[in-house]
Amino acid sequence: MDIPYTVTARPDTGVYNAKIGVWLFLASEVMLFGGLFSSYVFLRVGAPAWPGMLHGEMYAHASEILNVPLATLNTFVLIASSVTMVMSWASLKLDDFKKYRLYLGATIALAFVFLIVKAFEYGAKFEHGLFPSESNFLAIYFVLTGLHGLHVIGGIVVNAYFWGPGAKMWKTDPDRFANRIEVAGLYWHFVDLVWIFLFPTIYLL
Amino acid sequence: MSDTLHAEDIRKHVRVYLIVFATLATLTVITVAVSYLHLPIVPAVIVALLIATIKGGLVAGYFMHLVSEKKVIYLILIITVVFLAGMFILFPSAHADQVGG
Repeated sequence: MDIPYTVTARPDTGVYNAKIGVWLFLASEVMLFGGLFSSYVFLRVGAPAWPGMLHGEMYAHASEILNVPLATLNTFVLIASSVTMVMSWASLKLDDFKKYRLYLGATIALAFVFLIVKAFEYGAKFEHGLFPSESNFLAIYFVLTGLHGLHVIGGIVVNAYFWGPGAKMWKTDPDRFANRIEVAGLYWHFVDLVWIFLFPTIYLL
Repeated sequence: MSDTLHAEDIRKHVRVYLIVFATLATLTVITVAVSYLHLPIVPAVIVALLIATIKGGLVAGYFMHLVSEKKVIYLILIITVVFLAGMFILFPSAHADQVGG
Protein backbone atom coordinates (compact mmCIF):
# COMPACT_ATOMS: atom_id res chain seq x y z
CA MET A 1 0.00 0.00 0.00
CA ASP A 2 1.30 3.43 -0.89
CA ILE A 3 1.67 6.15 1.69
CA PRO A 4 -0.97 8.77 0.85
CA TYR A 5 -0.30 12.48 0.23
CA THR A 6 3.48 12.35 -0.18
CA VAL A 7 3.36 14.99 -2.92
CA THR A 8 -0.06 16.58 -3.02
CA ALA A 9 -1.49 18.34 0.01
CA ARG A 10 -3.99 16.47 2.16
CA PRO A 11 -7.29 18.36 1.71
CA ASP A 12 -8.07 18.77 5.41
CA THR A 13 -4.60 19.86 6.59
CA GLY A 14 -3.48 21.67 3.44
CA VAL A 15 0.04 20.20 3.61
CA TYR A 16 1.63 16.94 2.48
CA ASN A 17 1.79 14.30 5.22
CA ALA A 18 5.57 14.26 5.82
CA LYS A 19 5.55 17.96 6.58
CA ILE A 20 2.94 17.73 9.33
CA GLY A 21 4.71 14.61 10.66
CA VAL A 22 8.07 16.33 10.94
CA TRP A 23 6.54 19.45 12.47
CA LEU A 24 4.84 17.31 15.14
CA PHE A 25 8.18 15.61 15.79
CA LEU A 26 9.84 19.02 16.09
CA ALA A 27 7.12 20.06 18.57
CA SER A 28 8.19 17.12 20.76
CA GLU A 29 11.82 18.17 20.30
CA VAL A 30 10.96 21.69 21.48
CA MET A 31 9.61 20.14 24.69
CA LEU A 32 12.71 17.93 25.09
CA PHE A 33 15.17 20.82 24.77
CA GLY A 34 12.74 23.17 26.54
CA GLY A 35 12.73 20.89 29.58
CA LEU A 36 16.51 21.04 29.76
CA PHE A 37 16.58 24.80 29.20
CA SER A 38 14.07 25.34 31.99
CA SER A 39 16.14 23.07 34.27
CA TYR A 40 19.10 25.29 33.42
CA VAL A 41 17.11 28.39 34.40
CA PHE A 42 16.00 26.61 37.59
CA LEU A 43 19.54 25.59 38.55
CA ARG A 44 20.94 28.99 37.71
CA VAL A 45 18.44 31.16 39.61
CA GLY A 46 18.92 28.88 42.62
CA ALA A 47 22.72 29.09 42.55
CA PRO A 48 24.55 31.65 44.73
CA ALA A 49 27.04 32.25 41.88
CA TRP A 50 27.26 31.09 38.25
CA PRO A 51 29.32 29.21 37.08
CA GLY A 52 30.49 29.44 40.70
CA MET A 53 33.05 27.23 42.43
CA LEU A 54 35.05 24.77 40.37
CA HIS A 55 38.18 22.94 41.60
CA GLY A 56 38.41 25.39 44.51
CA GLU A 57 38.30 28.49 42.33
CA MET A 58 35.50 31.02 41.90
CA TYR A 59 34.30 31.83 38.39
CA ALA A 60 32.03 34.80 37.59
CA HIS A 61 31.68 34.22 33.82
CA ALA A 62 31.11 31.07 31.77
CA SER A 63 33.60 32.44 29.22
CA GLU A 64 36.40 31.89 31.78
CA ILE A 65 35.72 28.13 31.60
CA LEU A 66 34.33 27.62 28.09
CA ASN A 67 36.00 28.41 24.79
CA VAL A 68 33.93 31.25 23.29
CA PRO A 69 36.00 31.67 20.07
CA LEU A 70 35.57 27.96 19.20
CA ALA A 71 31.84 28.10 19.96
CA THR A 72 31.53 31.26 17.83
CA LEU A 73 33.27 29.43 14.98
CA ASN A 74 30.79 26.57 15.40
CA THR A 75 27.90 29.05 15.29
CA PHE A 76 29.10 30.25 11.87
CA VAL A 77 29.58 26.63 10.75
CA LEU A 78 25.99 25.68 11.68
CA ILE A 79 24.49 28.83 10.13
CA ALA A 80 26.42 28.12 6.91
CA SER A 81 25.20 24.52 6.95
CA SER A 82 21.59 25.73 7.27
CA VAL A 83 22.10 27.89 4.17
CA THR A 84 23.61 25.00 2.17
CA MET A 85 20.72 22.77 3.32
CA VAL A 86 18.06 25.15 2.08
CA MET A 87 20.07 25.69 -1.13
CA SER A 88 20.10 21.93 -1.76
CA TRP A 89 16.28 21.95 -1.65
CA ALA A 90 16.13 25.04 -3.87
CA SER A 91 18.48 23.31 -6.36
CA LEU A 92 16.07 20.37 -6.64
CA LYS A 93 13.23 22.80 -7.25
CA LEU A 94 15.35 24.32 -10.03
CA ASP A 95 15.86 20.82 -11.44
CA ASP A 96 19.62 20.91 -10.83
CA PHE A 97 20.55 17.58 -9.27
CA LYS A 98 24.31 18.20 -9.45
CA LYS A 99 24.03 21.36 -7.36
CA TYR A 100 21.70 19.55 -4.96
CA ARG A 101 24.44 16.96 -4.31
CA LEU A 102 27.05 19.67 -3.96
CA TYR A 103 25.04 21.66 -1.42
CA LEU A 104 23.89 18.64 0.57
CA GLY A 105 27.50 17.35 0.56
CA ALA A 106 28.59 20.74 1.93
CA THR A 107 25.91 20.51 4.63
CA ILE A 108 27.21 17.09 5.71
CA ALA A 109 30.83 18.30 5.62
CA LEU A 110 29.98 21.35 7.76
CA ALA A 111 28.18 19.09 10.25
CA PHE A 112 31.40 17.07 10.56
CA VAL A 113 33.39 20.28 11.07
CA PHE A 114 31.00 21.20 13.88
CA LEU A 115 31.52 17.82 15.56
CA ILE A 116 35.31 17.95 15.20
CA VAL A 117 35.42 21.43 16.80
CA LYS A 118 33.11 20.15 19.55
CA ALA A 119 35.40 17.14 20.11
CA PHE A 120 38.36 19.51 20.59
CA GLU A 121 36.31 21.50 23.09
CA TYR A 122 35.29 18.40 25.03
CA GLY A 123 38.86 17.04 24.90
CA ALA A 124 40.27 20.25 26.41
CA LYS A 125 37.67 20.09 29.20
CA PHE A 126 38.48 16.46 30.04
CA GLU A 127 42.22 17.18 30.02
CA HIS A 128 41.63 19.75 32.75
CA GLY A 129 39.52 17.33 34.75
CA LEU A 130 36.34 19.19 33.91
CA PHE A 131 33.66 16.50 33.89
CA PRO A 132 29.85 16.73 34.17
CA SER A 133 30.05 15.53 37.77
CA GLU A 134 32.20 18.50 38.87
CA SER A 135 29.44 21.14 39.06
CA ASN A 136 25.88 21.99 38.04
CA PHE A 137 27.30 24.34 35.43
CA LEU A 138 29.38 21.62 33.77
CA ALA A 139 26.54 19.11 34.08
CA ILE A 140 24.09 21.33 32.23
CA TYR A 141 26.78 22.31 29.70
CA PHE A 142 27.59 18.70 28.83
CA VAL A 143 23.96 17.53 28.80
CA LEU A 144 22.72 20.36 26.55
CA THR A 145 25.66 20.41 24.14
CA GLY A 146 25.85 16.59 24.20
CA LEU A 147 22.18 16.16 23.32
CA HIS A 148 22.58 18.80 20.62
CA GLY A 149 25.66 16.96 19.30
CA LEU A 150 23.63 13.73 19.09
CA HIS A 151 21.09 15.62 16.99
CA VAL A 152 23.90 16.77 14.68
CA ILE A 153 24.97 13.11 14.28
CA GLY A 154 21.33 12.17 13.54
CA GLY A 155 21.19 14.89 10.88
CA ILE A 156 24.39 13.58 9.27
CA VAL A 157 22.87 10.06 9.06
CA VAL A 158 19.65 11.31 7.43
CA ASN A 159 21.41 13.71 5.05
CA ALA A 160 24.03 11.11 4.08
CA TYR A 161 21.20 8.71 3.20
CA PHE A 162 19.59 11.33 0.96
CA TRP A 163 22.96 12.20 -0.57
CA GLY A 164 23.68 8.54 -1.35
CA PRO A 165 21.21 5.65 -1.69
CA GLY A 166 18.10 7.74 -0.96
CA ALA A 167 18.81 9.99 -3.95
CA LYS A 168 17.64 7.25 -6.34
CA MET A 169 14.11 8.53 -5.79
CA TRP A 170 14.98 11.68 -7.77
CA LYS A 171 14.71 9.57 -10.95
CA THR A 172 11.44 7.83 -10.10
CA ASP A 173 9.54 10.45 -8.08
CA PRO A 174 11.28 13.87 -8.11
CA ASP A 175 8.50 15.83 -6.37
CA ARG A 176 8.35 13.38 -3.49
CA PHE A 177 12.14 13.46 -3.21
CA ALA A 178 12.18 17.28 -3.09
CA ASN A 179 9.60 17.13 -0.29
CA ARG A 180 11.81 14.68 1.61
CA ILE A 181 14.69 17.15 1.36
CA GLU A 182 12.42 19.96 2.50
CA VAL A 183 11.44 18.09 5.70
CA ALA A 184 15.00 16.84 6.29
CA GLY A 185 15.84 20.55 6.07
CA LEU A 186 13.18 21.41 8.67
CA TYR A 187 14.94 19.08 11.10
CA TRP A 188 18.38 20.43 10.24
CA HIS A 189 17.28 24.06 10.67
CA PHE A 190 15.79 23.11 14.03
CA VAL A 191 19.20 21.76 15.13
CA ASP A 192 20.68 25.12 14.05
CA LEU A 193 17.91 26.95 15.93
CA VAL A 194 18.64 25.08 19.17
CA TRP A 195 22.31 26.07 18.89
CA ILE A 196 21.30 29.71 18.28
CA PHE A 197 19.71 29.72 21.77
CA LEU A 198 22.22 27.37 23.39
CA PHE A 199 25.31 29.37 22.39
CA PRO A 200 24.46 32.72 24.08
CA THR A 201 22.73 31.22 27.11
CA ILE A 202 25.49 28.73 28.01
CA TYR A 203 28.65 30.41 26.71
CA LEU A 204 28.00 34.15 26.82
CA LEU A 205 25.75 34.80 29.81
CA MET B 1 3.70 25.73 -0.77
CA SER B 2 6.22 23.56 -2.61
CA ASP B 3 3.76 22.23 -5.19
CA THR B 4 2.95 25.69 -6.50
CA LEU B 5 6.46 27.18 -6.70
CA HIS B 6 8.05 28.13 -10.00
CA ALA B 7 11.68 28.59 -10.95
CA GLU B 8 11.48 32.38 -10.73
CA ASP B 9 10.02 32.19 -7.19
CA ILE B 10 12.84 29.88 -6.15
CA ARG B 11 15.46 32.30 -7.49
CA LYS B 12 13.86 35.05 -5.42
CA HIS B 13 13.97 32.72 -2.41
CA VAL B 14 17.67 32.09 -2.95
CA ARG B 15 18.40 35.82 -2.82
CA VAL B 16 16.45 36.04 0.45
CA TYR B 17 18.40 33.05 1.87
CA LEU B 18 21.69 34.83 1.22
CA ILE B 19 20.46 38.04 2.88
CA VAL B 20 19.30 36.00 5.89
CA PHE B 21 22.72 34.29 6.01
CA ALA B 22 24.52 37.66 6.11
CA THR B 23 22.13 38.95 8.80
CA LEU B 24 22.64 35.84 10.96
CA ALA B 25 26.42 36.16 10.69
CA THR B 26 26.28 39.85 11.62
CA LEU B 27 24.02 39.21 14.61
CA THR B 28 26.39 36.47 15.81
CA VAL B 29 29.30 38.93 15.75
CA ILE B 30 27.19 41.50 17.63
CA THR B 31 26.09 39.07 20.37
CA VAL B 32 29.68 37.89 20.97
CA ALA B 33 30.99 41.49 20.95
CA VAL B 34 28.34 42.56 23.49
CA SER B 35 29.28 39.63 25.76
CA TYR B 36 32.83 41.02 26.07
CA LEU B 37 31.40 44.24 27.54
CA HIS B 38 30.34 42.18 30.61
CA LEU B 39 27.08 44.09 31.09
CA PRO B 40 25.15 43.55 34.35
CA ILE B 41 23.17 40.31 34.20
CA VAL B 42 19.69 41.73 33.48
CA PRO B 43 20.59 43.87 30.41
CA ALA B 44 23.00 41.10 29.29
CA VAL B 45 20.18 38.51 29.34
CA ILE B 46 17.79 40.89 27.55
CA VAL B 47 20.30 41.68 24.76
CA ALA B 48 21.40 38.05 24.33
CA LEU B 49 17.85 36.67 24.24
CA LEU B 50 16.64 39.47 21.97
CA ILE B 51 19.37 38.76 19.41
CA ALA B 52 18.85 34.98 19.72
CA THR B 53 15.10 35.43 19.18
CA ILE B 54 15.67 37.55 16.06
CA LYS B 55 18.13 34.95 14.73
CA GLY B 56 15.78 32.09 15.57
CA GLY B 57 12.91 33.97 13.95
CA LEU B 58 14.90 34.42 10.74
CA VAL B 59 15.82 30.71 10.61
CA ALA B 60 12.26 29.58 11.35
CA GLY B 61 10.67 32.21 9.11
CA TYR B 62 12.81 31.86 5.98
CA PHE B 63 14.78 28.60 6.10
CA MET B 64 11.85 26.65 7.56
CA HIS B 65 9.41 28.59 5.34
CA LEU B 66 7.18 29.66 8.24
CA VAL B 67 6.51 33.06 6.64
CA SER B 68 4.25 31.35 4.11
CA GLU B 69 3.06 28.18 5.83
CA LYS B 70 -0.37 26.61 6.19
CA LYS B 71 -2.65 27.24 9.17
CA VAL B 72 -2.29 23.73 10.60
CA ILE B 73 1.47 24.21 11.10
CA TYR B 74 0.91 27.50 12.95
CA LEU B 75 -1.68 25.73 15.10
CA ILE B 76 0.83 23.01 16.07
CA LEU B 77 3.37 25.70 16.92
CA ILE B 78 0.95 27.75 19.02
CA ILE B 79 0.09 24.67 21.11
CA THR B 80 3.82 23.91 21.48
CA VAL B 81 4.61 27.45 22.62
CA VAL B 82 1.80 27.33 25.22
CA PHE B 83 3.16 24.08 26.69
CA LEU B 84 6.74 25.37 26.56
CA ALA B 85 5.75 28.57 28.35
CA GLY B 86 3.93 26.48 30.98
CA MET B 87 7.06 24.44 31.60
CA PHE B 88 9.20 27.57 31.90
CA ILE B 89 6.78 29.10 34.40
CA LEU B 90 6.41 25.88 36.38
CA PHE B 91 10.07 25.31 37.29
CA PRO B 92 11.10 28.82 38.39
CA SER B 93 7.77 29.25 40.24
CA ALA B 94 8.59 26.10 42.23
CA HIS B 95 11.84 27.81 43.17
CA ALA B 96 10.09 31.05 44.14
CA ASP B 97 7.69 29.05 46.28
CA GLN B 98 10.55 27.38 48.12
CA VAL B 99 12.32 30.65 48.85
CA GLY B 100 9.13 32.51 49.81
CA GLY B 101 7.60 29.74 51.91
